[in-house]
Amino acid sequence: MPSGQELIQKVKQQIREIEPTDLHSALHANGADDEVVVVDVREQDEWDAGHIPGALHVPRSHLESRIEQVVPDRSKRVVLYCASGNRSALAARTLEQDLGYERVESLRGGITLWKDRGYEVQVPRRLTPEQRERYSRHIIIPEVGLEGQMKLLDSKVLLLGAGGLGSPAALYLAAAGVGTLGIVDNDVVDRSNLQRQVAHAEERLGMPKVDSAEIAVKQINPDVKVEKYPVRLGPDNILDIISGYDVVVDGLDNFPTRYLLNDASVRLGIPVVSASILAFEGQLSVFAPGRGPCYRCLYPTPPPPELAPSCGAAGVLGVLPGVMGLLQSVEVIKLIVGIGEPLIGRLLLYDALAASFTELKVRRDPDCPICSRDPASISAEEMGKFPDYEAFCAGVA
Amino acid sequence: MPKIKIPPVLRNATSGEREVNVEGTNVREVLEALASRHPATREQLFSAEGELNRYVNVYLNDEDVRVLQGLDTPVASDDTVVILPAMAGGSR
Repeated sequence: MPSGQELIQKVKQQIREIEPTDLHSALHANGADDEVVVVDVREQDEWDAGHIPGALHVPRSHLESRIEQVVPDRSKRVVLYCASGNRSALAARTLEQDLGYERVESLRGGITLWKDRGYEVQVPRRLTPEQRERYSRHIIIPEVGLEGQMKLLDSKVLLLGAGGLGSPAALYLAAAGVGTLGIVDNDVVDRSNLQRQVAHAEERLGMPKVDSAEIAVKQINPDVKVEKYPVRLGPDNILDIISGYDVVVDGLDNFPTRYLLNDASVRLGIPVVSASILAFEGQLSVFAPGRGPCYRCLYPTPPPPELAPSCGAAGVLGVLPGVMGLLQSVEVIKLIVGIGEPLIGRLLLYDALAASFTELKVRRDPDCPICSRDPASISAEEMGKFPDYEAFCAGVA
Repeated sequence: MPKIKIPPVLRNATSGEREVNVEGTNVREVLEALASRHPATREQLFSAEGELNRYVNVYLNDEDVRVLQGLDTPVASDDTVVILPAMAGGSR
């Protein structure tokens, strides 16, 4: 019987090996029409320590059972590698002789020689042990998992308002591990806010809401980066503030700014999770540019001021913004992780007294003055304007 | 009899009623019946020309009547008409 070493040497004569230089050229060839699939056959901990960029991972112990899921086309050019080129040689023989793959090569010298040649190695991002513990209930849901948690940690979410809707959203999105939370609010904490604005506290009366919300966020999850904007959103600053964010959470208290936000978000292609509340009732929808209607498709023009009371004037059940702000947060997470059916093209009405939800269809307006156009053509001057804008704003003032 | 759901901002005009059952075979008749019973709703729903105000959305069950036949959209006795003005309450 041959020794193990003799067997490996014999197998290497039966398969084809590829030099690291040749693999590197093949991967970086411009317009290569013959795509190379690189498969790492090492164990999980070896993969985690660093692998060839773009490689797929099928440990040799699972090769026969998993390779067809990863490389279903047996005519594809496949390059296998391991640490030094022995396991991949054995795996190459299995693929060719037993499984009928037609063009298999084994990387000579494995990733060790690849690294010695100075070629790039990608180290997969990993959660710290503290993060694994913190987010464990997300990670064990298959729909979120480690990948979804990474997306959350990489995400940037902007909250417009740190009030009734923004407070619960800030707390739960921070807890969920959203990497960056931007908060726009130019108000200070007032005692009458505390009936519903749970990010604030009695001891922080008089403090700017962005600072108070930051304290609450950091108490839950110190990893979250908080970007504070203690300003009023206006035509002069909106593009600068919202650009770079993945999702905007709209809890604005007035129509002119809602139209302004709509137009700016359509121009920049940023989805807006929008909610509004009054008394015992709330509305919720997701306006995702390119994927569904915009706010103007739903409401081409705002109601006159006497039909648009604010919560300050009309009152609101304190728990209601909690419900609606958390429904917004759920939609934010769905958009970031890419799961479920986002509330795009649908409007959800919640009636707290009736304990009922009603869903209405929202159609894209083919003649919408904003979202039917090339986004780049939306000028700064026209953003936020609507018919009778001047009269409306005079009426509000 | 068709049912109309009244939004919070119109309830002052309906003496606080949240739902109103009225006779009518199309959206116009149903809303007219509401306006007859609660006259204060008329100018909030209709323009001077008798058309729906642009800031008021009206749904037959879950569909915007503007993509159906507008005020002429037929209404069956078990239908629900939802009146939906925009709301902006939020942060403060």
